[in-house]
Amino acid sequence: MRSIVLAHEVDHDGWRQAVRGLIAAQVPPEQVTWSVEAPDDLFAADAAPPTDASAPAFSLSRHLVDLSQTVLQAREPARFALLYGLVWRATHGERAIAGDLADPSVARARQLAQNVARDTHKMRAFLRFREIDDGEGVRHLAWFEPEHYIVEANAGFFIRRFAAMRFSILTPYRTLHWDGTAPSFGPGARAADIPGDDAMAEYWETYFRSIFNPARLKRSAMLSEMPRKYWRNMPETAAIAELIREAPRRAEAMVAAGASAPRPNPPRAAPRPAAADPSRASDLATLAAEAQGCRNCPLWQPATQTVFGEGPGDATVMLVGEQPGDQEDLAGRPFVGPAGQLLDRALIEAGIARDTLYVTNAVKHFKFTPRGKRRIHAKPEAPEITACAPWLARERSLVAPRTLVMMGATAARAILGRPVTISRERGRPIPLDDGSTGWVTVHPSYLLRLPDEAAKAREYAAFVTDLRRAVAEREDVLS
Amino acid sequence: MDLLAKLEILADAAKYDASCASSGTDKRSSIGRDGAVKPGIGSSEGMGICHAYAPDGRCISLLKILLTNSCLYDCVYCINRASSNVRRARFSVDDVVRLTLGFYRRNCIEGLFLSSGIIRSPDYTMEQVVAVARTLRVEHGFRGYIHLKTIPDADPALLDEAGRWADRLSINVELPTQEALQSYAPEKDLPGIRRSMGRMRLAIDAARERTVPGRAKPPRFAPAGQSTQVIVGADASTDRTILSMSNTLYAGYGLRRVYYSAFSPIPDASAALPLAPAPLLREHRLYQADWLLRFYGFGIDEIATEAGGNLALGMDPKLAWALANRQHFPLDVNTAPREMLLRVPGLGTKGVDRLLVARRSRRLRLDDLVRLRLPVARIAPFVIALDHRPLGDPASAALGRRLAPRAEQLSLL
Repeated sequence: MRSIVLAHEVDHDGWRQAVRGLIAAQVPPEQVTWSVEAPDDLFAADAAPPTDASAPAFSLSRHLVDLSQTVLQAREPARFALLYGLVWRATHGERAIAGDLADPSVARARQLAQNVARDTHKMRAFLRFREIDDGEGVRHLAWFEPEHYIVEANAGFFIRRFAAMRFSILTPYRTLHWDGTAPSFGPGARAADIPGDDAMAEYWETYFRSIFNPARLKRSAMLSEMPRKYWRNMPETAAIAELIREAPRRAEAMVAAGASAPRPNPPRAAPRPAAADPSRASDLATLAAEAQGCRNCPLWQPATQTVFGEGPGDATVMLVGEQPGDQEDLAGRPFVGPAGQLLDRALIEAGIARDTLYVTNAVKHFKFTPRGKRRIHAKPEAPEITACAPWLARERSLVAPRTLVMMGATAARAILGRPVTISRERGRPIPLDDGSTGWVTVHPSYLLRLPDEAAKAREYAAFVTDLRRAVAEREDVLS
Repeated sequence: MDLLAKLEILADAAKYDASCASSGTDKRSSIGRDGAVKPGIGSSEGMGICHAYAPDGRCISLLKILLTNSCLYDCVYCINRASSNVRRARFSVDDVVRLTLGFYRRNCIEGLFLSSGIIRSPDYTMEQVVAVARTLRVEHGFRGYIHLKTIPDADPALLDEAGRWADRLSINVELPTQEALQSYAPEKDLPGIRRSMGRMRLAIDAARERTVPGRAKPPRFAPAGQSTQVIVGADASTDRTILSMSNTLYAGYGLRRVYYSAFSPIPDASAALPLAPAPLLREHRLYQADWLLRFYGFGIDEIATEAGGNLALGMDPKLAWALANRQHFPLDVNTAPREMLLRVPGLGTKGVDRLLVARRSRRLRLDDLVRLRLPVARIAPFVIALDHRPLGDPASAALGRRLAPRAEQLSLL
């Protein structure tokens, strides 16, 4: 039988060294007893190294190392033996033991780890500092009673947060001091060692009282997250009894009081602009503003905004697409998403400057189906194209382009008023009834959807050719 | 008016906002990489911390206050509406900064959640809110959490600045449809709210993109994302309408959260409102359904099946689905895929993850499930383990009676 005596409850180094020696000497767990030299005196002289200090280190899974570091903080006398048992198994054929969550020892260790984690979290949450002047200036003091041995491992959190403050955290088993350079630890203290509440406590209690809604009392929800054992560290909890007692009366009084007479002459916000009408506007900017309020079909409801056309009012070429996509809907501008970027590339290749074009869509709201974190494009139907037609008609009459490029079947249908097969009608001028010339080509998003790289390259080249020809033909006509 | 009196009024005015989250922002420390102490104060480590709980069960993580409760808008459900007789107060920028730092130094809060009534104009109001965040960050080196309420239709430049200082931004839709807003909050404009949400999404996405060498790093923008809140039970909107709205908002704007707030009576209420509170249980069911939609792979049509469009109050929506779809059960815990295990009433995402890890090491028995801290009594009727098969196939009604919460638990509310 081997008896290991650790110097104190948080003698993690002693435990680690003992484990190395025991594994080196191949001592099975059932032949080891663990105890702590001076459970109440953390500053007892370190006991003589219980085993050979030169025993070699060995590797364990990260998972088991992390688990051990947490479980060692638990206020549970059996933790040293429990962890040694796991280390033994990990080094005797069960390397992945820490992942066997249903193993009784692993389950027990994980439960202890969870208790420690919860206590750690509650210390970060419920510890309260008060401010004093210790003669050298402002110092912050806190009293906290942790359930487990967590002060050392938790010191870093408070230092990372309050590094520029001088502070001390007092607990029954350990004291932490921070003076801006390095943490120092001292023996335990008593609650009476710190002064009473400071001036800010009254403000905090006022806040606590005011943020409480008496119409939705849920005492048990509060207690499960903030058990009474923490209350004595928290000045605001003094108000809880009264808040709970008074809540039903306050809630009933609100209902019983009924509606009140409105305050006379309340301040008023400026009214919003009236609804839209495509036939009224006399310039593009006004038309675009009016289109924001369009309710001609239900697409506006889930969409972010109307995405109106964009470009110079005297453009000679107008590009018409199908409808805005996800990015266009968010940004409020046409052809800025992936299809727009492809269009930009194709225009550069065709030698056409985008900022000389008027670019718009047949349908001006994004039609989609929500799916998780994304919105999936849905094709607009005839009623939506028809409902949106007045806006497109007004854009055409205000811009009066000589060339109109219809990208995709929806755009072609909206302009030509009939179903169109792109492959049959692309590449030749189509006279339009306002005297301008129409050209049909594919929509750039069609190119994005093609799965085959060769087809993609071929179709892209054809698209560039279509764009170049549509614009060049016009220039031929002009010259 | 002294600071204490203002705090009382402006905290009271802010309590109808349910959000108090302080998680999910970027990591910040007051200790530099070189180990030196940085000027300023505060840290954030990813996990939110609730520093107290009020007797309404709500977490107190942030100092949640309004800059002012004066407001030009007359939203009938709101205690601060223009026509309400409530006492008005206004903090100065310096008041809010002092309270935030004072509470933070005492470890009472993770940071600040600042909202405001609309005064003068959206731009003016937004500028005041942004000034508080700027002062905290720039003048005091504050590294705690900041959540700012954004005012729809404020200047995009102000929105950009808000995103630079804040961890989270939010705009409350309050009611799920334009029609409901028109009758209850006539100055609010759903398209305006959506436009702002769209702008925020683009900025959040851009800031999150990995930096490309040679290209300027996009400005910091609300690393903890955006959220919103909707009031439940003030108007006649059904749960189905509300959940559809949430679905659209999650998909379109990448919201971290939609908060549901059961309408509760307010002092000085408007005659246009129900006086009785909406059941808190309805709010709870909406949260459960919201979780099922986001983390459990359910669709709205699987959950909101009740005639009338509301979720059943007497049973949680996952149990209701399982009882109506008994053909999928029992599932074998040793072989069933993750997406089906997530549909077992009583199994949460963490429980399922533990189960999946554990079954790599052994074939699971009922005792193993106990050690995995799974609610065995609850899941037993729906699962098969190595030494367990549910007895027969009890009729859904009988099983429902057994598994639904007892009546006295409901009357608690």
